[in-house]
Amino acid sequence: MKDIEPADGRFLEYAPAPESTSILKVRTDYGLFIDGEWVQGRGKSFTTISPSSEKKIATIASASDADVDAAVAAARRAYEKSWAKLSGSDRGKYLFRIARLVQERARELAVAESLDNGKPIKESRDVDVPLVAAWFFYYAGWADKLDYAGLGANPRPLGVAAQIIPWNFPLLMLAWKIAPALAAGNTVVLKPAETTPLTALLFAEIVQQAGLPRGVVNIVTGAGDTGAALVRHPDVDKVAFTGSTAVGREIAKTVAGTHKKVTLELGGKAANIVFDDAPIDQAVEGIVNGIFFNQGHVCCAGSRLLVQENVHDEVIDRLKRRLSTLRLGDPLDKNTDIGAINSAEQLERIRTLSDIGEREGAERWSAPCEIPENGFWFAPTIFTGVETSSTIAREEIFGPVLSVLTFRTPAEAIAKANNTPYGLSAGIWTDKGSKILAMADRLRAGVIWANTFNRFDPASPFGGYKESGYGREGGRHGLGAYLKSGASK
Amino acid sequence: MSHLTIPKTYKLYIGGAFPRSESGRSYEVVSGKGAFLANAAKASRKDARDAVVAARAAVSGWSGATAYNRGQVLYRVAELLDGRRAQFVDEISSAEGVSASAAGAQVDEAVDTWVWYAGWCDKFAQVAGAGNPVAGPYFNLSVPEPTGVVATVAPQGAKGGSLLGIVRTIAPALVAGNTVVAIADEARPLSAISLGEVLATSDVPGGVVNILTGSPAEIAPWLASHADVNALDLTGAGGLDWVELEVSGADTLKRIVRPEPGIPDRALGRILGFVETKTVWHTKALI
Repeated sequence: MKDIEPADGRFLEYAPAPESTSILKVRTDYGLFIDGEWVQGRGKSFTTISPSSEKKIATIASASDADVDAAVAAARRAYEKSWAKLSGSDRGKYLFRIARLVQERARELAVAESLDNGKPIKESRDVDVPLVAAWFFYYAGWADKLDYAGLGANPRPLGVAAQIIPWNFPLLMLAWKIAPALAAGNTVVLKPAETTPLTALLFAEIVQQAGLPRGVVNIVTGAGDTGAALVRHPDVDKVAFTGSTAVGREIAKTVAGTHKKVTLELGGKAANIVFDDAPIDQAVEGIVNGIFFNQGHVCCAGSRLLVQENVHDEVIDRLKRRLSTLRLGDPLDKNTDIGAINSAEQLERIRTLSDIGEREGAERWSAPCEIPENGFWFAPTIFTGVETSSTIAREEIFGPVLSVLTFRTPAEAIAKANNTPYGLSAGIWTDKGSKILAMADRLRAGVIWANTFNRFDPASPFGGYKESGYGREGGRHGLGAYLKSGASK
Repeated sequence: MSHLTIPKTYKLYIGGAFPRSESGRSYEVVSGKGAFLANAAKASRKDARDAVVAARAAVSGWSGATAYNRGQVLYRVAELLDGRRAQFVDEISSAEGVSASAAGAQVDEAVDTWVWYAGWCDKFAQVAGAGNPVAGPYFNLSVPEPTGVVATVAPQGAKGGSLLGIVRTIAPALVAGNTVVAIADEARPLSAISLGEVLATSDVPGGVVNILTGSPAEIAPWLASHADVNALDLTGAGGLDWVELEVSGADTLKRIVRPEPGIPDRALGRILGFVETKTVWHTKALI
């Protein structure tokens, strides 16, 4: 062993294995995609950078109120003139085309995503982009079967959908929004996040390649103002938002008193509950996947580890050992486990909350890893000795930071898990099936993973209880969010 | 021989008991012809908050009951309502100034509403849930669960609705296991309170339904802003400043059903307006 084990204790070192960026042809600047064409934005354009290098990727247009108006008007025209008049099977065929085009351009999209978002290429390549194709494929098949969506015969689309998506899974969130909306016969205006517009703009090219009628999909880039203009636009019939609870609240207030239907996927503070009879090694992998997948930039992340007191030390020891093997660095390196934090602003938030955690008395431990010189980085960090009242047990950090609490009985685990205004997800680790079922019944969360975590599938409804929002995405439920009953007045 | 009647004191229905308003306030209720009928309790903010506390405390028991059991309890409400038909016909005809046969038809509709929703208790989950064919070794199931505490505003002054209006707003919320704080028809609250007496004797656990009489314009904002209320049924709030109620409810991201004129239809959608979908991924062993 001596020969191959280096002095720092690492068993094996890896040579750099960067994915080539040559497959990706990025333009120097991007306009808005409205009515099937690229147009200039009338707002102040901005730059999107790579969070791992802080290097500029492209100049991005910003949509003014007038641009948003034009995009909604284009979507309305397309809704009335072409899309809603197409047969369901033809709408479905367009969506199947999109699914295939995403598969054909999968590597390019993965590279673009990792470049713009900072997530490891192994995640964008193996999780994000395959799920994007799957999402379009799944909803494509629904387009001519709407009578079976659970709303009775002849359900109708809502009209124009305004969709606002976050920066953590840029292209995947686009797919979650656009695929069911189009399958149901709506047209869309989508605003990607300010820091991650690139893959949505590449998607506009795919829309062109698929030959979609003009105006069915419109992409407007910009900051919060652009999103707000879209939400309050009077000719919008549906608002779908994924993002923070604070913004979700504002959206709920903005649409109050209107006819608009709303779906909100908001924040979370999920409990990942590990019982003493769990397979500990698998649980440790699940804990890592739960909070360090995508740098913890996941609304359903398992950010609160609830571990049964008698196995606490063992779990934490093994967890620290496992975290010490994670490789942080270049998102485009195929061996990278932890990529870059998406923005300087988010890094600041993670730092601030971690400092508060320390000040409030929790014990901080960070994986020993080298932090690259440029870019935004945060080493995987766990806090032990966290109290239920601690800030880091209550507020969503949205970063690679795990708060560890303990419990003795299932009842205590349930009480602690539910002790949050959020209710998006939860995890249960135990070898006992009956315990899983009883726990799952009592956890107030929309998605529960038993002996796994952070699994997503287009057939599986996803969404929160309480202040994690309302409405579901995925599955038949996600389709219903874009339909109204044919009998409704 | 004439018998001097003993008029009933109409009070609130909170936590299975019939208290007067803690504020000591009451208001005069008159018949369709303007004659004095009763002094109803005028619920205060404290009464509204007490009702939410009672409703919250009742959630675990009611939502934890089996669906079959909830169905039987709601059916029992229909039985007892039907048994007290004469009293309701009397109250409805004096409140609305309608004939006894019109009032009787309204009671029939109310009874049938309870029967209809009772039958949904152990069926709606089969219609609204799903087994999801995910691409992986997982048993994946979506099931509807109750949202929690639902505050409802019963239709106000709807034609033929002094009893049916409140039944149509309360019953669907109970199906999934929610508990309810209901604001009665302000001008015609008497049959709502008599409905409380039916509920109190129908095996509906105390706190599962709470009925407040008084001013909806006054009470609804207290419930809309209450952090322990999960959903707001504004069906009967069309005459109030309901936009402000929706804005207020947004602070705690309440599920909100917007106003609709008249008496709402019986509909599966009204059950599903107050449920959450829970999706559980169970790992399958690789054998």
